Amino acid sequence: MGGIYALIAMGLSLQYGVARVLNIAHGEFIMLGAFATFSLYTVFGISPLVSLVICGPALFIIGFLIHRTLFQYLRKTSESIDIFEGNSLLASFGLLFIIQNVALLIWRADIRKYSYLASPVSILGAIFAANRLVALLFAVVLSLAFYIFLTRTRLGKAIRSAAQEPATAQMMGVNINRVLAICFGLGALMAGFAGPLISMMYEVQPVMGLQYTIIAIIVVVLGGLGSITGSLIGGFILGLIGSIVTYFDPGLSLVAYYVIFILLLLVKPTGILGK
Amino acid sequence: MDSLRVISKRSFLLGLLCLILILLATSPHYIPPYTVILLTSIFMYIIITVSWAIFSGPTRYISLASAAFFGVGVYASAILGFVLPLPAVIVIGGLVSFCLALFIGLLTLRLRGMYFIIFTFGISELIKHFILWWEANMTGTVGRWVVVVDHTTVYYVMLVIFVILMLTAYLIRRSKFGLALQSIGANEEAAAHTGINVTLVKVITFAISASFMGAVGAIMATRWTYIDPRIAFNPLLSFMPVLMAIFGGVGQLYGPILGAAIFTYLEEFLITEFPYYYMLLFGLVLVAVILFLPNGLVGLIEKWRKGGLKRQHADT
Repeated sequence: MGGIYALIAMGLSLQYGVARVLNIAHGEFIMLGAFATFSLYTVFGISPLVSLVICGPALFIIGFLIHRTLFQYLRKTSESIDIFEGNSLLASFGLLFIIQNVALLIWRADIRKYSYLASPVSILGAIFAANRLVALLFAVVLSLAFYIFLTRTRLGKAIRSAAQEPATAQMMGVNINRVLAICFGLGALMAGFAGPLISMMYEVQPVMGLQYTIIAIIVVVLGGLGSITGSLIGGFILGLIGSIVTYFDPGLSLVAYYVIFILLLLVKPTGILGK
Repeated sequence: MDSLRVISKRSFLLGLLCLILILLATSPHYIPPYTVILLTSIFMYIIITVSWAIFSGPTRYISLASAAFFGVGVYASAILGFVLPLPAVIVIGGLVSFCLALFIGLLTLRLRGMYFIIFTFGISELIKHFILWWEANMTGTVGRWVVVVDHTTVYYVMLVIFVILMLTAYLIRRSKFGLALQSIGANEEAAAHTGINVTLVKVITFAISASFMGAVGAIMATRWTYIDPRIAFNPLLSFMPVLMAIFGGVGQLYGPILGAAIFTYLEEFLITEFPYYYMLLFGLVLVAVILFLPNGLVGLIEKWRKGGLKRQHADT
C-alpha cells in the first residue's frame, strides 16, 4: 500500500503546497480513474495498465481546466492567501459532491470488482497476488519519476520556485497562473495513475474517494505540508504502519492512522521533514 | 429626534422578535405535523450553525469538529436516555461536549490556519472510528436504540435551546468578551499584547459553542430512534454549518440563521423534487455561493443598504 499512498499524497501535496488548494475532491479523481479503468476493462477489454496512460492525461486536462476556471477566479477575488485557502477548501468540497454524484448517476452505487492478474506469485517463500506486485512496482516507479521530474527539469524548477516565492517567481518570468494550473493538473494526474492501480487490487464504488483523500491528507501532514519528498517518505511509512496494525486488528487501522495524525499535529505539526 | 428614532426602532425590533417567538411557540397547534418536523430540522441546523459562528465567526478559526460535539451528544442520549429524564439527558449532552471542547481547545492552542482545520476534522473522525471499533469489539453491536420522544416535545426543546443560544450569542457579541474575540480574529499577537488572555477567551468560547451542539445532538437522537457512529459523527455535520454560515454571512447575528434556514429548506426541497440529482445540485449551489457570494447574504444586504444610504446623502 505504501507506494499507492505515496503516489496519492504527492498529488495532494503538490496541489496544496504550490497551488494552495487543500483539495478535498482529490479522492474523487482517484475514484474517476478507478471507474474509468473498470469500464474500459469490462466493456472494451482494455488492460488496466493501458488505461493508466489514458486516465492520467485525461485527469490532468480536467484538473488543469478546473484550476484555470474555478480556483483562478477564487484566487483573484480572495483578499489574502489565508482566505483563499479557506474558500478553496470549501469549493473543493463542492467539487466532491458534484463528481461523486455524477459518478453515482453513471455507474450506480454498486460495489464493483474485476479480476486482473490475480494469480499468486511466491517471492522468498511469501505469497503475493501478482496484481499487488505490479501495482506496487508501478506506484514506486511513477512516484520516483515524478520526483525526478520536479527536481531535475525546467518546469519542475518553475513549480518549486512558485511554491516558495510566488511573487518573485513571477518577476523572474514564470507564468504563475499557468504553473499553478499545471500543478493542480499534475495532482489530478497522480490521482489518475493511482485510480487504475487501486482498482486492480480492491473493489471500487462511487463513495470510495473520501477515504483516500483522508489518507492522503494524513500522509501529507506526516511528511510536512507542501514537502514533496516528505510525502514520498510519509507514504511508505504510513503504508508500513497500516500493514502492521492490520495484521493485529483490521478494524483498528483507521483509528491508528488518526492517532498518528493527531499526535503528529500536536508534537511536530511541521511534519517529519519540516524545519 | 435621532435618538427617539433609534429607540422606537429598537422597541419595534424587540416587538417583532417577540411576535415571531410567540408564533413559533404556538405553531404546533395549527400547522401540520410535517411542517413541525421540517421546522425542527431547520432549528437543528440553525443552532449548529449559530454556535459554530459564535467561535469561528469572529476568530476566523474554521472548526470542522461540529460532528464530534454533535455525535457526543447523540451518544450521551443513547446511553442515558433510558435511565434519566429528558432535560437531564440534554444538559449532560451539552456538558460532555463542553468538556470535550475544553480538552480539544487546550490541545490545539499551538495550531492555526490549515492545521487547525485538519486537526478538528481529524479528531471527529478519530472519535467516530474509535467508537465504531469499540462497539464492534467490546459491546458487540453496531448501533443503538434511543428513547422515543414525540415530535412536538422535540420541537419545543429545540426552540428553548435556540432562544438560550441566541441570548448567549447576543450577550457575547455585546460584551468585552466578544470584542476580545474579534481582536483575536483581526490580529492574534496584537490582541495578546493588549492584555487579552487569548488562550482563555478562545477555549471558553469554543467550549460554549460546543455545548450547544452537544445539546442538539442529545435531542436529535430521540427523533432518529436508531443511531450508529456513522450517523452520529457524519462528516457532513461538520461541513454544513461552515457552508450555511458562509452562505448567510458571519458578519451579523442573523446571517447564520438566514443561511441555515434557507439551506435546510433548499435541501428538503431538492430531496423531494430531485431525489437523484439533489446532492449534485447541492454541490453546484455550494461552488456558486463560494464564487459569487464570498460575504454571504448579509454582505449582499449590507451592500444594498449602504447603496441606499449613499443615494440618500446624494439627495440632501
